[in-house]
Amino acid sequence: MVTGPHPAPPRTPAPSPTAVPTPARTTPSVSEQVTGAQSIVRSLEEVGAEVVFGIPGGAILPTYDPLMDSTRLRHILVRHEQGGGHAAAGYASATGRVGVCMATSGPGATNLVTPIADAHMDSVPLVAITGQVGASLIGTDAFQEADIVGITLPVTKHNYLVTDPDEIPRVIAEAFHIASTGRPGPVLVDIAKSAMQSQTTFAWPQEISLPGYHPVTKPHAKQIREAARLLATARRPVLYVGGGVIRARASAELRALVDASGAPAVTTLMARGALPDSHPQNLGMPGMHGTVAAVAALQKADLIVALGARFDDRVTGLLSSFAPGAAVVHADIDPAEIGKNRTADVPIVGDLREVMADLLPELAREHAQHGKPDLEGWWKTLDDLRESFPLGFDEPSDGLLAPQHVISRIGALSGPEATYVAGVGQHQMWAAQFIRYERPNAWLNSGGLGTMGYSVPAAMGAKVGEPDRTVWAIDGDGCFQMTNQELATCTINEIPIKVAIINNSSLGMVRQWQTLFYESRYSNTDLHTGHGTKRVPDFVKMADAYGAVGLRCESKADVDATIKRALEINDQPVVVDFTVSRDSMVWPMVAAGVSNDKIQYARGISPAWDRED
Amino acid sequence: MSRHTLSVLVENKPGVLTRVAGLFARRSFNIHSLAVGPTEHAEISRITVVVDVDELPLEQVTKQLNKLINVIKIVELEDAASVQRELLLVKVRADASQRTSVLEVVNLFRAHVVDVVPDSVVVEATGSPAKLEALLAALEPFGVREIVQSGTVAIGRGSRSITDRALERVSRSA
Repeated sequence: MVTGPHPAPPRTPAPSPTAVPTPARTTPSVSEQVTGAQSIVRSLEEVGAEVVFGIPGGAILPTYDPLMDSTRLRHILVRHEQGGGHAAAGYASATGRVGVCMATSGPGATNLVTPIADAHMDSVPLVAITGQVGASLIGTDAFQEADIVGITLPVTKHNYLVTDPDEIPRVIAEAFHIASTGRPGPVLVDIAKSAMQSQTTFAWPQEISLPGYHPVTKPHAKQIREAARLLATARRPVLYVGGGVIRARASAELRALVDASGAPAVTTLMARGALPDSHPQNLGMPGMHGTVAAVAALQKADLIVALGARFDDRVTGLLSSFAPGAAVVHADIDPAEIGKNRTADVPIVGDLREVMADLLPELAREHAQHGKPDLEGWWKTLDDLRESFPLGFDEPSDGLLAPQHVISRIGALSGPEATYVAGVGQHQMWAAQFIRYERPNAWLNSGGLGTMGYSVPAAMGAKVGEPDRTVWAIDGDGCFQMTNQELATCTINEIPIKVAIINNSSLGMVRQWQTLFYESRYSNTDLHTGHGTKRVPDFVKMADAYGAVGLRCESKADVDATIKRALEINDQPVVVDFTVSRDSMVWPMVAAGVSNDKIQYARGISPAWDRED
Repeated sequence: MSRHTLSVLVENKPGVLTRVAGLFARRSFNIHSLAVGPTEHAEISRITVVVDVDELPLEQVTKQLNKLINVIKIVELEDAASVQRELLLVKVRADASQRTSVLEVVNLFRAHVVDVVPDSVVVEATGSPAKLEALLAALEPFGVREIVQSGTVAIGRGSRSITDRALERVSRSA
């Protein structure tokens, strides 16, 4: 945010770079006289941050001066703070490191609220640094003042207001510690401009002292034994795998548990890739748009082992009718998730890596004593469902391109080592369904908050974090128009992401609901960007204007060639406008608020699995 | 719904009360009363919060409170195992003809008169919520002109202190 008509306020003259020698990271205990602004930069360096996504403005301006001289921090100037926030989240989700974004006070800070809330819902480690008006002005409705600490209280793991420059190193150290440990999440550090301008002593804290923060990582042995006993004796067990497995970097342990137990696994929207899709026991995604087999596995289970999942309404459907016959083992690092929506018979608080590592020998012991459970009948049921109701789609009757085909070809031609970042809506669901994920962090999306506009900036952040990977933003025409300004950032900073706009010329998911639940009355969902419209805006021209390569694909025959062409361009961003049918719908579907038993495989077609019983 | 009294030990830092109160509002938990004050340790404040909530949601309240970084410890104080008190200041109409009767009620409840003017008195009383309710009912006929009442504060009976272990934590990390 630029400062308005106010003249630039006076600030302490920046010392020449040599005045602040950058000590080696091995001598963190050195105390030195610096400004608060320098202390912020030094702290970010000490904590190991590499990239900051941000935009300067009045209240953060003092910090941008020493930032210019930092050799360890790369600052990427984004075009909108929301883009900066999502980029930091994309960076964090792709790499597992803490993402950092920076903004000025007032509107700069409020523009960060959406990505912060997004990171909070999806447990993304994020630190947001915001400038605040000078301490003496706080509370006076000063120019560009907003109570960002108050505003973000409900959507951060923790937040700070710093007015004393001496506190800067401690607070930043704590912020990174809180963001990255336990259940990860966003931490906001709001720093008064007066603190940045004051002289202070920089001393990196030797230890973190947070008397009220002690995440439990080691699971309780008794609960582990009980979980193993249940898993070894259940006849219809299912492993309900959530995004926590990915955040805990526990894919190897999960794989071992899946193999040892022989149980089917379902991977939620946040957990796609936690277990390879090629694993025969992976039934795919459960929930509102999950596979019939995955939804059925949960509904008919006698035991659900929830691993870093939170029984979200998009997974359970009508909660009171969810998995009526199942006992529940619920493992999570956040005790508040356990028993929140569904009562847990065996609650396990702990880091999932440790939970599963401890569970494995206990399970082996159960198997040694009582033999492996006979899951043949269970697998027969599930395999029948898999065979009868595979994921699929019909070619659109209007003769236009099928969006599912486009997305599935992008996945097939780009392969499992690429990273796929979706926006929110139909294209997101199709990308979750039709791309095969073989590794954790290959799939990034806004699951909890459902933030349209997540894709382009998050893909940018993911590409910055892992420049050697192909990174696809799979976006909708609606989503793309919310944050495409970051294409400028990508072009200028040589961040060659690839954007596939699944352009159905409408707010597709809303339109689908209007088709199904509002008698096809399409109130305000037409975006005029697609086939047969005036194309406002024309995405190919727009790409060109941003210095990116713009491609358009309108027929099935051109899909593979267009994707290959996009894959060959690695020196600048590529935007492909895939003009697809607007009538394609996401199936299967469990309508909002109804029982999972009422899943529809396609419109009007229900599996009616209960008839088999 | 049942009433529960929670003692919440928090770090004595700005904004902590907002975090606690905001959490209750956000998660749709009803606060019946709230009292905040210092403890024997300068770095710890104690919030006594009385909530109307069922057993399961109460567990959720406690877990969510525990997630707040500044919350050090939460203890539920059962009615029978704790002393619970509120402070009441009440301004009662009491001219010369009524004053004696009012004072009788005040003495009966072991309350005090802390301010007297020709036509009214201010009565100070501490006690359990039930006692204060009874006192108010007894004063009602004389004409109650103004009431101010504190939230409940509560402490466990017996020699054990809930701050002991919290203190260890704070001093260990200090």
